[in-house]
Order: sequence, then structure tokens, then C-alpha cells
Amino acid sequence: MGNAPIAVKHCLNYGALMGDSPWMPWLLQEKKEMVPTEVKIQLIDMLSQTGLSVIEATSFVSSKWVAQMADHTEVLRGINKLPHVRYPVLTPNLQGFQAAVEAGASEVAVFGSASETFSKRNINCSIEESMRRFEQVITAAKQAGIPVRGYVSCTLGCPYEGDIQPAQVKKVVKRLLELGCYEVSLGDTTGAGTAGSMAAMLRAVTTEVPVHALAVHCHDTYGQALANILTALQMGVSVVDSSVAGLGGCPYAKGAGGNVSTEDVVYMLHGLGIETGVDLSKVIEAGEFICQALNRPTSSKVAQATNKSKPSLSRSD
Amino acid sequence: MVETIPFTLCFLWSRSYLGAFSLDGVSKRFICPLPERVKIVEVGPRDGLQNEKTIVPAEVKIRLIDMLSEAGLPVIEATSFVSPKWVPQMADQEEVMRGIQRKPGVNYPVLTPNLKGYRAAVTAGAKEVAIFGAASELFSKKNINCSVEESLQRFEEVMKAAKQEGIPVRGYISCVLGCPYEGKVSPVKVAEVAKRLYSMGCYEISLGDTIGVGTPGGMAEMLEAVKKEVPIHALAVHCHDTYGQALANILVALQNGVSVVDSSVAGLGGCPYAQGASGNVATEDVIYMLNGLGIHTGVDLPKLMDAGSYICRSLNRRTSSKVAQATCKL
Repeated sequence: MGNAPIAVKHCLNYGALMGDSPWMPWLLQEKKEMVPTEVKIQLIDMLSQTGLSVIEATSFVSSKWVAQMADHTEVLRGINKLPHVRYPVLTPNLQGFQAAVEAGASEVAVFGSASETFSKRNINCSIEESMRRFEQVITAAKQAGIPVRGYVSCTLGCPYEGDIQPAQVKKVVKRLLELGCYEVSLGDTTGAGTAGSMAAMLRAVTTEVPVHALAVHCHDTYGQALANILTALQMGVSVVDSSVAGLGGCPYAKGAGGNVSTEDVVYMLHGLGIETGVDLSKVIEAGEFICQALNRPTSSKVAQATNKSKPSLSRSD
Repeated sequence: MVETIPFTLCFLWSRSYLGAFSLDGVSKRFICPLPERVKIVEVGPRDGLQNEKTIVPAEVKIRLIDMLSEAGLPVIEATSFVSPKWVPQMADQEEVMRGIQRKPGVNYPVLTPNLKGYRAAVTAGAKEVAIFGAASELFSKKNINCSVEESLQRFEEVMKAAKQEGIPVRGYISCVLGCPYEGKVSPVKVAEVAKRLYSMGCYEISLGDTIGVGTPGGMAEMLEAVKKEVPIHALAVHCHDTYGQALANILVALQNGVSVVDSSVAGLGGCPYAQGASGNVATEDVIYMLNGLGIHTGVDLPKLMDAGSYICRSLNRRTSSKVAQATCKL
């Protein structure tokens, strides 16, 4: 029976803290505040205590492109890895993969795109070329017994190409799964997607891909993320990516929102009676910690409301 | 499972399914296609401005309402005939009613808490009025100093007068998904109040998640109870975005057959129960979602955003609409 989820696994996109993804290295070179290693480690340790089962810890992209990631080895070695939590790291190529393994990574992730233009502009190669790179990573990972998660960006629109055909998304997703990814996270990179386009895309993808291998990674740039996630849940998706405090803006709309905040997603899921295993109040604390460290306000509405209202209104389970 | 348009799913909320969505398990009779059309009730000039600290002059309110009329909104809540002693922002109620350019085909309801307010509204040219009930006893007592039953009796007077004069009345119910004082609110209580307002003569009942604590599960459960007493075409949802849940709640309401949605341009109107937190859902964000679903609203989004920019400049505040934030920065 195609039951929609009783339980939802959260993949916390900690990478969002680092400016979200390696797709926009030149944008990340903007004057962003460098977060000290000890702050990153403390954040991950706090998140580990919340019940989150997957926390994306860092990225083994060259620090030439992503200065924030220069301390990737230190972070991975410094965190207190809890036995029931996984800490995947981003590995764009074989070199990054090998460095990640040396640093103690036991799960990695590769990033593809559904848009040719986006792929070329961001990682300087076509989708096909990027798949060949990932194949090397996945082959090495298989030999080392290391699971690989795939990401596909621009599944609901591309900042350069505009609309992206669901059939194209399906093609890239299938490729990643055939190469050996255990799961593929479908990213609405610009946040322009709506419940309508999410449903159309998932309908196309699930004609040939099992829904249990899919996750959604929604951006809230246009305020649509929770409605899009709800739609995905209704269609059987049971893995949701999100970012504590909604960290990570949108590089295509300066000052606009980016990642959906974990607090708001968990609030919705708990209100639906869906199990996540996550302690919302601890996520809110972790969010407060990192926002203080970054000297920025939270993007989570639940955190904003909870901080400003009477304690009896808290809905965390 | 019959799908006529993307995701024509209507899930059955029973105790055993609470919290679970079932796809294959949903039989055909529970499938509700999304509405083809949704009527947007724009509450920014009243509900929105009423909850903004900065008092704006009548000419700004008038200009805002005129811009909203041009944006294609079919219903624009213009002002409130509550005593200015309680709501100083609405002290210019008569001037606003007389100053706006009424676009043919657009309704401009006004809030009337009692017979006195109703009389003043009609004298000022109102052609539609609205009354406010609550699903929570404590909320009713704390806000309008009377019980829910007493408030309904006051409204009877308004209803009677309105019927005689052929003036339609819209009913609002606050706290349908939670109360800042009582906490959880029973869907049965919401249904009772809705039934009373509908049988008194309200043509439409707007169900308000006053503190924004509702989630899609609670919304579906509440609507299931209310639909038993009031026909679905007479129901509207008024969702607050204080906890970021508004669009998801609205989506579920649409899936349950609701086709009238209240919202506020630029997300005007904070939450009085969570200082600094957001309140009303932004009309721009709702329209964006409905456009993406292929649902017709008649609203011109760029013109709506112009109205939002205008009022935010006048209030010297940032828009709460994410669509407006994203569009302005691209």
C-alpha cells in the first residue's frame, strides 16, 4: 500500500550554514562572515542531541572555491558523532571523496543538476560530465562500503533556463540511482516551485523511480516551502531536507529567504501527528545559538513566535 | 484513484488515520478536485492596518484600497465601525468609506460589532457588513467583554436590521484552531458557532486561525466538523502565518472544498499575542501559490505587489510577503 509517511526522516542541511551548496562558488566568495570551527562543531553537537538522524556536516569542496569549508577536516574530526546519527559530507569529485574518507566520513553526497546551464555555470561542466565525475566517486565509495546520497538542483525551475521539464528531472534522478546513490534529494533551488509544479514533477519522477528513494529539498524564497513539502508528503515522500533557523539565503535574490527552516517543518509534521524523533525545543535552542553566533535573526517563524509569546502557546511535542 | 488535475487528493481524517496520509487507501468518494476558482477576501486595509502600530492617514488608506481594487481583488474589507476609542486606526472610518472609488463588481464590507456600528456604517454608505464571533469563551470575554452567547445575541440585532435593509452579512469566527488563553479549541465548538452564524443569516463564515498555531491536520479535522453544519461553499479560511503554517493550511482547506481565502496585502497586521511575530498571511504569497496550482483568482499579482510596496513605504516597514521580497531583489 502506498502509505504516506507515519514517520519522516529529516536530513538537516547543515551545508546551508556554509552558503548552501557548491553550486555558486563565486557567490560564496562574497564577504560572508567566516564561522569559527568551534562554532560549527558546537552547532552540530547541539543538533545531534535534538533527535535529528542525518546532519550534513561539511563539504570537501576545494577551499579555493568555498572558503567557509576550509576547516572541513577539523570539523569532521571535532564533532561528537552519536551512534544513531549520520553525518554525510559533500564530495564533488574523487579528490574530495578521498580527503573526506581520510577525515573519517562514513557517508558522502554528490550534487547533480536538472539544468544544463546551471551545471555549466556552477561547476563548469555539462550534466553528463558531472555524472562521469560522480561515477568515479560512487565506484570508490562502493568499494569502501560508503553510502552515497545524490542531490539534483533546479527540479522546479532554473534561474537561467526558467521552467525545467519533469522528464528531464526524472532522467537525472534515474542516472544517479543507477550509478549507486541510495537516495536522491530533489531541490527547488530558486524556491519558485509551487504545490502544482511539485506534484507534476513528482508524478513524472515516480513513474520510474520508487518514492522511498526520494527526498525533497525545498527553498522558501517565495514562501511556498511548507505547502510544497506537504504536497510531497501526500505523494509518499518521507524524507525532507531543511536547515535550522532557515540558514542560507538565496544567491539569486539577495536578502530573500532560502532554505526552509527545520523548526517550521518539524512544527508542521508534529501537528500532523507524523513522527520525526525530533525534539523541537532543542532545535529551537540550536537555532538560537547559531543565530547569536552569526549575529543574525532567525528565519524560522516558529522560533520567532515562540521567543515572543507566552510559553503555553508552544506546540512542540 | 482518479486524478483530473495534479494532486486531486482529499484525505479522510478519521481517528484511526489521524496523522497518516494514505494514497492508495483513499477511495474515489473521498477525492475532492481543487476548486477552479478561489475568491480572495483582502483584509489588509482593515484587519491588517488595525494591527499595525503606525497610524496612517485616511488618504493613504483610500489610495491603498483603490490600488487593491485595480489589482482585481473581488472583496476588500475597507474599514471598521468599532469605536475609535478601542481602535484608533479606524477613527477615519467614514472618511474612508466616502473617499474610496468603488469599482463595479467589487464588494467593500466593513466590520460592525453592534447595532450602533451598523447604523453608522450604513449611513456612511456600506453595502455589506461583517460580524465577529469566537469559538473560545475566554477569548470572547477578554476581547469583547461578553460570552460567545451574548455576542451572538448582539449580532441578532445587526442581522435583523441588515436583513430588512437587504445588506449581506459575513460572519467571522476567531480561534478556530487554538486560543491564546484556552489552548486547544474543540472542532465541535467551532461547528456550533458556525451553525449559529449561518442560521442567523450570514452568507459566509470565515474561520480564523487567530494565533496561527494551526497545522494542516488540525485544519482538516476542524473543517470536517464544520462542513457537517454549514455547506462548504459558505466557508472561508482566514489563516495567520505566525508559525509559518498558513499556506499549508490554506492548501489543505482547498483540498477539503473551501474556495474562499482571506489574506492581507504585504502580510500586514502582526500578531498581538506574540509581539514582533507575523500575523496575517500575505496575499501575494497566496496568489503565487494559487497561480501555480492553475486556480483562477482574477488578481493581477504585479499590481497587487505595487499596492503592497505602497503601503509598506507609507508604514515605513518591510513587507512580510516572501514573494514580494524575492521579486524585488531579483
